[in-house]
Amino acid sequence: MEIYIALKVLWAVLLGVLLTGLAVMVGMDMGVGVLLRLVGKTDGERRTMLNIIGPHWDGNQVWFILGGGAIFAAFPTLYATSFSVFYVVMILLLFSMIIRPVAFEYRSKVDAKKWRDTWDWAFLVSGALPMIVYGAAFGNVLEGVGFHFSWTGQYYQDESFLSYLLNPFAVMCGVMSLSLAVYQGGAMLMLRGEEPIYSRARTYARLGAIVAAVIFAVGGVWISHMNGYVFTAPVDPGMAATPLGGPAVAAKIGAWHNNFHAYPVLWLAPAIGFIGMIFGALALQLHMKIVGWWLGVLSWIGTISTVGISMFPFLMPSSTTPAESLTVWNSTGSAYNLGWMTFFAVVFVPAILSYTSWCYYVMRGKVKVETVVNDPHSY
Amino acid sequence: MPLIDPNVVDLSRLQFALTALYHFLFVPLTLGLTIMLAAMETVYVVTGKQIYKDMTHFWGKLFGINFAIGVATGLTMEFEFGTNWSMYSHFVGDVFGTPLAIEGLMAFFMESTLVGLMFFGWDRLSKPAHLAVTYLVALGSNLSALWILVANGFMQDPQGASFDPNTMRMQFNDFTALVFSADAQAKFVHTSIAGFVAGAMFVMGISAYYILKGRNREFAARSFRMASVFGLVSTLAVVTLGDALGRLDYLSQPTKIAAIEGLWHTSAPPYAPWLIAALPNDATQSNSFEFGVPYVLTPLVAHSFTTPIPGLIDIEQASVPRVDNGIKAIAALQEYGATHSAESLATFTKYESDMGYGFLAQRYAPEQDVNLITPALLPSIEQQAVRDSIPNVFVTFWSFRVMMALGFFFIAIFAFSAYYSLKNQLEKHPLLLKLCMWSIPLPVLATEFGWVTAEAGRQPWTVFGWLPTFQSASSHNIGYMFFSLAGFALLYSAFIAAELYLMFKFARLGPDQHDAAVHHTPADKSISAPIFAKPGFANKSWE
Repeated sequence: MEIYIALKVLWAVLLGVLLTGLAVMVGMDMGVGVLLRLVGKTDGERRTMLNIIGPHWDGNQVWFILGGGAIFAAFPTLYATSFSVFYVVMILLLFSMIIRPVAFEYRSKVDAKKWRDTWDWAFLVSGALPMIVYGAAFGNVLEGVGFHFSWTGQYYQDESFLSYLLNPFAVMCGVMSLSLAVYQGGAMLMLRGEEPIYSRARTYARLGAIVAAVIFAVGGVWISHMNGYVFTAPVDPGMAATPLGGPAVAAKIGAWHNNFHAYPVLWLAPAIGFIGMIFGALALQLHMKIVGWWLGVLSWIGTISTVGISMFPFLMPSSTTPAESLTVWNSTGSAYNLGWMTFFAVVFVPAILSYTSWCYYVMRGKVKVETVVNDPHSY
Repeated sequence: MPLIDPNVVDLSRLQFALTALYHFLFVPLTLGLTIMLAAMETVYVVTGKQIYKDMTHFWGKLFGINFAIGVATGLTMEFEFGTNWSMYSHFVGDVFGTPLAIEGLMAFFMESTLVGLMFFGWDRLSKPAHLAVTYLVALGSNLSALWILVANGFMQDPQGASFDPNTMRMQFNDFTALVFSADAQAKFVHTSIAGFVAGAMFVMGISAYYILKGRNREFAARSFRMASVFGLVSTLAVVTLGDALGRLDYLSQPTKIAAIEGLWHTSAPPYAPWLIAALPNDATQSNSFEFGVPYVLTPLVAHSFTTPIPGLIDIEQASVPRVDNGIKAIAALQEYGATHSAESLATFTKYESDMGYGFLAQRYAPEQDVNLITPALLPSIEQQAVRDSIPNVFVTFWSFRVMMALGFFFIAIFAFSAYYSLKNQLEKHPLLLKLCMWSIPLPVLATEFGWVTAEAGRQPWTVFGWLPTFQSASSHNIGYMFFSLAGFALLYSAFIAAELYLMFKFARLGPDQHDAAVHHTPADKSISAPIFAKPGFANKSWE
């Protein structure tokens, strides 16, 4: 039983790691996509920007696929419910994620202005939209989503997507996520790009970091005035993983701050987020590109762990049937399954991190406009 | 428990089928081309001959165009279980999600991260290091196929998990049973080698075009020879494994094998004919027309001369007791969910193995509640449920036959091609070369029909014998389905147009044009002029 609880907590942490990895790596590429038309003024500059992330976008995109697969296996009921409840935005997200690889592969293979302009816009939309959706999903989850279950475990949705998607808090979270992506993407462009890409990217990256910091502060205050969720009956963390027949849950204003009040050391998480964003803007100002990029990673770690800590153990509260809220205790896979998943994660995550780093190491250095334009292999 | 709108279920099925079939237009080529690229580059590294590097570059470029859409559309598949099949995902996520997650961790990450180095790392890596990268990409894509088919194998023949009434889902309990499920392993080999056939036909067909045009002679001849031999060996292996799969279906999915053979009534060995053609009518449960070869069916399917093969109508009637037991299982499960009583659990455990048939009956129960089934209603519900327990015979019968006919055609075309290629007589057989060219899409088509045979033949289940398809879908508003279907249709049509345009463009340009801008090192001056001559063909149309 204790092992099962430990596995549940471990996979909640790994879920956070996955969501962070996804935000950093995919977010960076999305940020470059958004900046494509803003930073790149000529076709050569735009191609250079694409080739800066060219050798890596494919691998980065797998964070997304791995995220889907890992949530499916480690949190089956969460996967089944959240992906369906957010259907329309998930489909929009999918469309964007499908357009991007094709845009990379096809944009530069035909030398016509209209063709390339079309793909440039595709990069902008398919970069901005997923990041907004990604942040807004966090916002929606924090607010609670309307759903309940039948006795077989089939979910039923209690509100239409417009009412939960289009609310100010969620949109604000979406903008924050987009800002962090622009920051991360801009920092990457500074690392690998030369003038004039470098300076323009620096302007947008700093702006992204500052906007994110402001929203993060506003969000913290806002959350203390909105509903959080708490158990109102004793809960057994080792319970069978089902949202049915669980302990009572109530919505309570400011409850998302409870964990921080109980364990003040947890305030470190939001502090790390602020350090990342503020010092990140500063580092880029001082042309410390590498430090700036890593502070971007720290910003994401701080932000996502803040959300995770404030909600723990809730993963997706139900605003209409709070007792059927999805939590770390009631929506994971079985102990046997989590055991095997842990084994594979322990073996392969270090491998993934090492060959990914190796790829960045091999492809290191500045990407020059002339090289890109004259190389038949480039994007 | 309200029934999910049958239109939503149908549209969800349509969307899944379209996106899966579309994804699989690109996967076979990825599987096959990575292996061939690894082979070409190996020859380059061992012999140092520039032409093999050119081959790797050129076929690699076409591979890249294909790979991008393969990755993009694969993402849809990974997400669609959650977005459209929530009950399914909840029911089997604990065991089905695991191979998908392992696929990401072990295979897809490696393949996609290293493919960047494969394209961009030529000047930054030593020859052996680049070769290693190419090998790992090939290994990654084929390992991907392994884990995906392990997941699919669970849908066909659920091994390695059991139903847990406390969590209302299948729970994973035996890793080796899941991974080494005979169905999963046979299908993995069958499917990935079918990909090799597709890759071989692709390279052979485009090389045939160059040979017909008299262009890039040495390049085309070498590519053609490699592809034809590789293709012949692969096709033979695919057909062998296909037979093994049929045998496994006969053991674990008798409804599928009966549908494949258009067999309504249990066969009478040894005379029972193997139907070459028939017009199965699903409404009347009979064949309007049939034409077959006697004495073939029994040894082909059962690998024996005396075993009768169960027909669909007989399977249906034999399932009536399973429906009765299933109704008891569902009623007990529902009670257990509410009361957690030991008595209900005991009843459920007794009838558990027929639970899926209870779901089939639940559909026809008043208010979808099996407790409301009266003895008067039971006989008609039993008959409706068993009629639902078999797949669509027309679709399964014909998709199998198209796939099989194509398979035997491939053996012939690869055999002739390999023979004339090895004898250096290809130029004398322009008809064969044209046929090779026109056959490029056929292996992909064959894999699509293979998918239809396997998945349409699995119906009415998403997890064979446990969970019916009509119960697996998400309870969406029908408007959502129109929105997503329209979006997929629009995007996917645009992509296939762009893909074909680029494939034709670069295939026509050929290796010399493609490499015109690549700076060869001085040692590469040995490239003989005739191979890379003949400019100006780019405007000629494809024929």
